[in-house]
Amino acid sequence: MSGGTRLENANPGIFQRSGERLLTASEEDEDVHDPIDDREIFDLIRSINDPEHPLSLEELNVVEQIRVKVNDAESTVGVEFTPTIPHCSMATLIGLSIKVKLLRSLPDRFKIDVHITPGTHASEEAVNKQLADKERVAAALENASLLEVVNQCLSTRSI
Amino acid sequence: MKEALSLVQRLNAHPDSRCWFVSWSPNGALLASCGGDKAIRIWGREGDSWICKSVLQDGHQRTVRKVAWSPCGNYLASASFDATTCIWKKKNDDFESLTVLEGHENEVKCVAWAPSGNLLATCSRDKSVWVWEVDEEDEYECVTVVNSHTQDVKHVVWHPTQELLASASYDNNICLYKEEDDDWECRATLQGHTSTVWSLCFDATGQRLASCSDDRTVRIWKEYPAESGQDLSWKCICTLSGYHGRTVYDVSWCRLTGALATACGDDAVRVFKDDETTNPDEPVFSLAAQVNKAHSQDVNCVSWHPKEAGLLASCSDNGEIAIWRFQEDK
Repeated sequence: MSGGTRLENANPGIFQRSGERLLTASEEDEDVHDPIDDREIFDLIRSINDPEHPLSLEELNVVEQIRVKVNDAESTVGVEFTPTIPHCSMATLIGLSIKVKLLRSLPDRFKIDVHITPGTHASEEAVNKQLADKERVAAALENASLLEVVNQCLSTRSI
Repeated sequence: MKEALSLVQRLNAHPDSRCWFVSWSPNGALLASCGGDKAIRIWGREGDSWICKSVLQDGHQRTVRKVAWSPCGNYLASASFDATTCIWKKKNDDFESLTVLEGHENEVKCVAWAPSGNLLATCSRDKSVWVWEVDEEDEYECVTVVNSHTQDVKHVVWHPTQELLASASYDNNICLYKEEDDDWECRATLQGHTSTVWSLCFDATGQRLASCSDDRTVRIWKEYPAESGQDLSWKCICTLSGYHGRTVYDVSWCRLTGALATACGDDAVRVFKDDETTNPDEPVFSLAAQVNKAHSQDVNCVSWHPKEAGLLASCSDNGEIAIWRFQEDK
C-alpha cells in the first residue's frame, strides 16, 4: 500500500494520542456491574493502524472519542470515522477494520454500526451502505488477501 | 402483545457460525439449513422433535448462502460465496452431489426453482441473474444471463404457478422477468425502496409480492392489467413502516393462512395479517405477533411450513434455528 507508490495524502495532520485510561476502584471490583462505555470502545479502535501511514487512527484524528456512541443496555455501538481527505480510497478498508475489531472484541449481543462522519467524504453514502451490508462484509472477510490487509491494520505496533 | 407465537424447539444448527437460510421440502418432511460453516444440514422430525438427518459437506469452499428444494422434493440446490451452485440429488436418506453450476464471477447469493422444476435461477454479486434449463438427463444449461440490475443481486424467487421470475438487489430495485423469444427479459422494475431489497415472497395466488429492505420497511406489490400491453404492471399498494428496528432480512408469506412473517436485524420475528374486509387495492396489515428476542442475534430467514398451517422456522447469526407455532386470536 505504501512503499514505492505515491501516497494519497502525503502530509496528514498528526494529533496527540490520549493518555492511558485511569482505572477506578469500582471498575476493578468484580461485583459492581460495569457497563461498556464510550472510552472503552475508543480504546479498542484508537490504536488501529492507518493502511497508508505508520500512524494510528487516533493520531490521524480518523477516530475520536466524541464520535463513539455506546448504549450497553440496548447493546448498540455507533462509530463515526473521519477520512483524512474527502477522496480517500482507503475509507472502506478503514471502516471495515474498525468494524472487524469491534466484532472480534465485543460480546455477540452488540449491534455495531460504523459510518463516515457526515460531510467528510465524497462517497460517504456508498461507503456507509457497503459497511452496513453484513453479507458483503462476511464475503469480504472470506477473501484471504483482504483479511490479511485488515489484520495488518489491527496488528499491534511496537512503538 | 398477545402471545401468538410460541416456541416449539431450538436447534443449534451451525455451531460457531451463522445460519443464513432455512428451506422446507415441498411436503414439509424435511428442513434444509445452510451457513457460514460451508455445510448444509437436513433436519427431519422424529416424534415431537426435529433432529439432524444428514450433513452435506465438501460441496462448497465458502459460505453456503441459500438453499432451495426442487418442486418434486428430490433435488436440493445450494448457492455459495465460492461462486458456484451445487445440485444435490436425494438418494434414500442421503444426498449426493450431482453437478456444480459455474459461471458467475463472484458470490452466488440465491437460487430458486421454477414451479415446473425445469428451470432454475441464480443471482450473484456480479449483478447478473442466470436462468438454467434442466433436461431429463439431469443436464443443466444456462439459457440466459440478464443484467438488469446495476448492483449486487440479493434474491430471486419464482411465481407460484407461472414462469415469472422476480429479483431483488442492492440497487434498491426489484425486477420481474418473462421469457420472450427464447430470451428472458426484464419486463418491469419496481422502484420504491430507499435501500437494499433483501428478499421477496409471492402470496399463494401470485397476484401479490412482498419485499423487505434495509430501509426497515416491507412493501406489498400487486399485479394490475398491463397498460401499454408491453410491460408488466405492478404497483405498491401498502408499505409497512415503523415496525422494524433494523434491516428486514427476509419475508415469508404463508400459502395456507396468508400470514406474513418477517426476519429482522433487531433480533425479532414478527407476523402480520391483512384485514380481508379492506379494499384489495389499499389493504391494511396489522401486527398479529411479535417475539422481541426471538434469537440472541440478527434473524436472517423466516419460512412457513408448506403443509402444517402456522408452523414457522427461523434462523439467526448465532447459528440457531428456531421452530415456532403461530396461533391466531379467535
